[in-house]
Amino acid sequence: MTTLLEMKNVSKKYGNGTVALSDVSFSVNEGEFVSVIGPSGAGKSTLLRCINQMIQATDGEIIFDDVNVMGFKGRALRQMRTKMGMIFQNYNLVERLSVIENVLHGRLGYKSMLAGSLGLFTDDEKRQAYRLLEKLGLKEQIYRRCDQLSGGQKQRVGIARALIQNPKLMLCDEPIASLDPSSSKTIMDHLKDISDSLKITVLINLHQVDVAMNYADRIIGVSKGSIVFNGVPSELTNDNIKAIYGSDAEKLMINVEDQGRMKAAEK
Amino acid sequence: MSQTFFFKKRVRSLVIFCVVALICFASSVMTQFDLSQGIAAIPKAIVWGFSSFYPTADSFVYLSEIWVKMQETLLVSIAAAATAAIFAFVFAVFGSRITKVNGFIAMLSRAFANLSRNIDVSVWSIVLLLTFGQTPITGFFALFIASFGFLTRAFMETIDESGTDPVEALKATGAGYVPTIFQAVVPSSISQIMSWILFMIETNIRAATLVGILTGSGIGYIFDLYYKRMDYHTASLVVIVIVISILLIEQISNYIRRAML
Repeated sequence: MTTLLEMKNVSKKYGNGTVALSDVSFSVNEGEFVSVIGPSGAGKSTLLRCINQMIQATDGEIIFDDVNVMGFKGRALRQMRTKMGMIFQNYNLVERLSVIENVLHGRLGYKSMLAGSLGLFTDDEKRQAYRLLEKLGLKEQIYRRCDQLSGGQKQRVGIARALIQNPKLMLCDEPIASLDPSSSKTIMDHLKDISDSLKITVLINLHQVDVAMNYADRIIGVSKGSIVFNGVPSELTNDNIKAIYGSDAEKLMINVEDQGRMKAAEK
Repeated sequence: MSQTFFFKKRVRSLVIFCVVALICFASSVMTQFDLSQGIAAIPKAIVWGFSSFYPTADSFVYLSEIWVKMQETLLVSIAAAATAAIFAFVFAVFGSRITKVNGFIAMLSRAFANLSRNIDVSVWSIVLLLTFGQTPITGFFALFIASFGFLTRAFMETIDESGTDPVEALKATGAGYVPTIFQAVVPSSISQIMSWILFMIETNIRAATLVGILTGSGIGYIFDLYYKRMDYHTASLVVIVIVISILLIEQISNYIRRAML
């Protein structure tokens, strides 16, 4: 299996001395579904945003697709970002525009300044957007304005916008944190499907340990800006949970060992 | 413990109230302002208003003349707000926290907007009067500068508020700066921006009366003229025309706001 992304000793320090990430190293294989878990403020979001350099890391190397992309600027940075789709907790859609217009925004990274500003998209791109929306079950909503959609539908628009980029990597920043259980399941199933059938690597921040254990091929536990666990879900023990969240698993209403055993038995 | 918490809060409210009362009292003593006298004068003002400040049949002769000036004022107010909006949008994009190009340009455009906003429209009128003389252009520029300052600030906050999330998303797709502005910032803030422009037009029409008195143009000038001639009947007709125009414009802009949502 080939490595798609490798983080080598990545750190992020802010001017006021706050350390958001310290010496983070891990690698992700092509087609892998990796979940990052950890308490709020542990640096999960910062970690994700350092990869597509929405936040500039201060130290280390980020090897993406065999190239060290650390410190990329201008055109090179934008080209790199087209290969990474991103979805967000708040969906980050332009609410006043229609579903299909929001999806086509995913093509802006490939456009010239003029074509992008005027929103000139080719018929191929429009057909592709239509196909993606059809696949995600939004065929009825295609011309609807995004502020009329439910949370789950908005997140599917977000996924379509990321997929139309033809990305190699999907960065998902707590995509189900604002969704009800049934919409959450739909979104997680779609992401799993993307990773399985399109072989797109998925790196996802999650609050729900049980969801992470159910879906992920591998779990990375982050605490106070450092990686404290990196392994397959069945290896996750209650001690690991304590190291990640700083309190006992029972208090958090999580029992990973039972869940791990159940999942291992299923296989 | 909770007892002292509520006690402290109550004491704090009392202290704030006392300080405000003291400032009011001290400033009225210093300026020799007497509230009771002011209130006592109100009935007299009402009596005067009803006895002499009303239009008569004679004053309606001037209606067409007044209407010409009112039209001029309305057009100048709208033109000032519309032109200011274009400049304000550019400055707001450069000054906004999320779309700024760099810190220095952001600071510069904020400073420029603050300067034109914090100096009142009446001051601008007098300053510009020295340069341009008694023409509608002076009024236009005074309203333009004041509108520009206010709108830049309003647009900046609108962009910060409604554009943050979509701008982040479009940046993450690899979109460039200009496409991000046109595809994310403009569509997500346009309705708010239009609403601010309509508000600015209304404000400008109100301010235009004062600006007109100061710069000798538009509806303000004609009001000043009749008033100083002690032709209160015609002056009152001017006021009525102003009020009707403002109400009309308000109705129109409310309709536009509703249609845009």
